[in-house]
Amino acid sequence: MTGAAPVKTSSRLALAAFAALAATLALACGPEFFEIPIETPIQPKLDVSAFQRVLVAGFVAGGSDDIDANQETVRLLRSQLRTKSQLKVIDADIMSLMAIAQDQRKAAAGEDAPAPTGTPPASAVHGNNPPAAGADPRAQAQPMGLPPQIRDEKDLEPYERLFANVAYWKKIGEEYQNPLIVTGTVLFIPHSITGPVVRDQDVMDQLGRHRTVSTRVYVERKGFILAPKFVFIDGRTGATMYSERHREEILYNAQQNTPALSSYFELMDRIVPDFLSTLSSQKIKGTRVLLK
Amino acid sequence: MAHALLFFWYSDRDPFMTVRLATLFVLVASVAASPAAADARSDAKALVDFGISVAQKGLWREAIYRWEKAIETDPTYAAAYNDLAIAYEHEGQLVKARKAYEKALELEPNNSQIQQNFDLFKEINDRSSTGKDK
Repeated sequence: MTGAAPVKTSSRLALAAFAALAATLALACGPEFFEIPIETPIQPKLDVSAFQRVLVAGFVAGGSDDIDANQETVRLLRSQLRTKSQLKVIDADIMSLMAIAQDQRKAAAGEDAPAPTGTPPASAVHGNNPPAAGADPRAQAQPMGLPPQIRDEKDLEPYERLFANVAYWKKIGEEYQNPLIVTGTVLFIPHSITGPVVRDQDVMDQLGRHRTVSTRVYVERKGFILAPKFVFIDGRTGATMYSERHREEILYNAQQNTPALSSYFELMDRIVPDFLSTLSSQKIKGTRVLLK
Repeated sequence: MAHALLFFWYSDRDPFMTVRLATLFVLVASVAASPAAADARSDAKALVDFGISVAQKGLWREAIYRWEKAIETDPTYAAAYNDLAIAYEHEGQLVKARKAYEKALELEPNNSQIQQNFDLFKEINDRSSTGKDK
């Protein structure tokens, strides 16, 4: 009877001592992982070391009439390149590539008629310049109807041959002392969908209790799609070095009235980092976990 | 050998002592068999700890040196590969980073922290190579 108490006390003491030892060990060892910020440098996709200057020439643009996608894209890319790349940005008038493509088509069509013998027609560099060696004959010899207004991706297709017109781009390159030329197409189109959306609803049951119930409701959402294609042309040769396509979309509640221009910038914000990473190395910030 | 002799000598006398000695023998034998492995892990751990402390001060190249030494010392140390992968990533050596992450996951396939680091790495790596036309 008298011996039981000391045994219990000593086992408690042993347990406490063990817990204290474990706690001390845990403190002495410290944490087993550490979160650490890192910056991952991404090498540019394109070697632009041969260029000191960049000309963002202009874009074949279409879609919404609410904004001039050509002007906005040129302005945005020039300002981004000024601050985030080492290339000197050439301040030049923004080219209206749709008009230029149509001029080239007319010139090619006009010169096709008297020369049906298979000789490639003169390239339409600024309307009436001879073709350079290496020019894509298909781009010049097969004029195709160019829609005066671009509403969708199909309308853009006939304009794409403009980027294969090596002679034209070489001529532009000579005008601006052989820069890297950035051009392409931009489609900014309104978009709307009606579909199911899961929404939480606060309901009261028979006993008067509040409950949250998820319900599927059909709603209409409106927004925009931005689909640019960036074409990088070597101003020394007029040849396309690289091109890349992007597509982003944004949707809002139908009742929300968001200006087209702010949607355009919101969408371009997502695309610009990828565009810049083509020309210059970028650092992407993040965190990782170091382990012991 | 001495342990074995002691074991057999005592085993005739007291069965309780036999069990205790057998346990002791197994323990001594196992410890005697793995001092090299324990030493390697302990040395590698010291290198990893040092690497972490210098990486936290921004000295990533020094950290890489330590963690490379750590995996040389103990090639089964997943945490060292994970840390090395992070350092390679920070230095833009993405091919090496991928290999190190893969090795870390090969050693510890269920380590969620390594998997999370690798997923984040892949997200960046994939982003830098998407959208190409040619």
